[in-house]
Amino acid sequence: MSAVSRRTMITRGLAAAAGLSGLAAAGRIADRYGLVPPDHGGLYGPGATLTYGAQRLLTRNSRAREFSRSQISTPPFANEIAPPSDRFKRLQADGFKDWRLEVEGLVAQPASLSLDEVKRFPARRQITEIACEEGWSYVAEWIGTPLADILRAAGIMPQARYVAYFSIDSAWWESIDMADALHPQTLVAYAMNDADLPPAFGGPLRLRVPRQLGYKSVKFINRLAVTDSLKRFGKGLGSASPEGGYAWYAGI
Amino acid sequence: MAETAWSVGGLAAVAARTDAPRHTAVVRVTHWLTTACFLALLVSGLEIVVSHPRFYWGETGNALTPALFSLPIPASRATVPTGYGFVLPDQNGWSRALHFQSAWVLVFTGALYVIWGAVSGHFRNHLLPEAKDRSLPAFSRALARHLRFSPPAAADAWSYNLVQRLAYVVVIFGLFPLVIWTGLAMSPAFVSAVPSTVTLLGGRQSARTLHFLVTLALVAFLLIHVAMVWFAGFGTRVTAMITGAAAPTRGPE
Repeated sequence: MSAVSRRTMITRGLAAAAGLSGLAAAGRIADRYGLVPPDHGGLYGPGATLTYGAQRLLTRNSRAREFSRSQISTPPFANEIAPPSDRFKRLQADGFKDWRLEVEGLVAQPASLSLDEVKRFPARRQITEIACEEGWSYVAEWIGTPLADILRAAGIMPQARYVAYFSIDSAWWESIDMADALHPQTLVAYAMNDADLPPAFGGPLRLRVPRQLGYKSVKFINRLAVTDSLKRFGKGLGSASPEGGYAWYAGI
Repeated sequence: MAETAWSVGGLAAVAARTDAPRHTAVVRVTHWLTTACFLALLVSGLEIVVSHPRFYWGETGNALTPALFSLPIPASRATVPTGYGFVLPDQNGWSRALHFQSAWVLVFTGALYVIWGAVSGHFRNHLLPEAKDRSLPAFSRALARHLRFSPPAAADAWSYNLVQRLAYVVVIFGLFPLVIWTGLAMSPAFVSAVPSTVTLLGGRQSARTLHFLVTLALVAFLLIHVAMVWFAGFGTRVTAMITGAAAPTRGPE
């Protein structure tokens, strides 16, 4: 091993310092451009941040693949895991006429929409694949109102960075950034394959985020919250998933 | 055993190189980083498979559709029909996080290795078959020698023989790119930007099945690779890959 000269030591020290401050600056710039996920801390934070940042740069406007009618899976797979709560069953017994979708947070006019009011927006139909992180998938036609239309009708404030959305079973909530929230394929879905969305598949309302894995497509949603920071929700990690050990961003 | 294929010139080259490292620092570092990443990817990948040990062909597949094949193991989800009366604990959270983080390190390591290998001449000099070996008879001779477990030629101490070169070329330029490609094909966001990633493979479930099969090929390579290192002299070869030492050091033992 050759001796390391003082000059080499100084050069290496300066290079290391420059590298570290470069990383810190890169972190601040990445955060300003919305390339850092809320669950960026911890052992697996670097990987989650690289994935989210890289995919966000690559996919800001890309569209999920859409399929032909003949590719619709029959029958689709419901993946029913939790039985509906009593509160859900009472609303279901009334044909969901009392179901409300609350729109709150950084919007000019908070709203509380009935199913009919959600359906009054122009409908978008799309045949997309829902893929579970476990590995299985199916293709279905989803009919709903683009989330962007509901948010714009309520008046999105300029500070908005994320939209959190909540299932009637409060253990399940998620959030997405504005790129996904305003994406034309992100739907508040109320119908599937030409019928009302069955409760097994998340009816009466399910958020469909086709550019992310199935767990971001939360079933039974009844609340949307536009926010500039996810710190005030749950443990501040962005959604229930990171609290359970899963990544907030599920584009991979 | 006399090794007639090697001329006196070749032996002189061996002698001349004994003070050069057997493996350069880039090869050693990228080798072990790749090893660590591959093992992390393998363990986490198998954990993810346990949540749905059924494989399909085409675009879609789930518990309601027939499987192309399924692994005879229990699953970590109650919704999968496995024939077992119990469900394993869910390990997908950390498995997915470790899988993608290791994949990033592997991609950076691979990029460093490929750029360095192309620029430094490592691929040309040590990985692509030598001109005299680029024929079917040369390959059959080398393979026959390999399968008879003949002792390695003296030249093998400082470079790779033909069978090794071909195996490494297939793994480095075939299996690793394929496993990355089939992995990316399962990312709903990535394929929204580059749809051909998945359509060229015949659909999402085909990509998943191919990802698994390429992994099996990589595991087969790993097992054979470790076995060959064992036969060639485990201590010497592993030391060479750690310290770069060209020959077994005959220090006070």
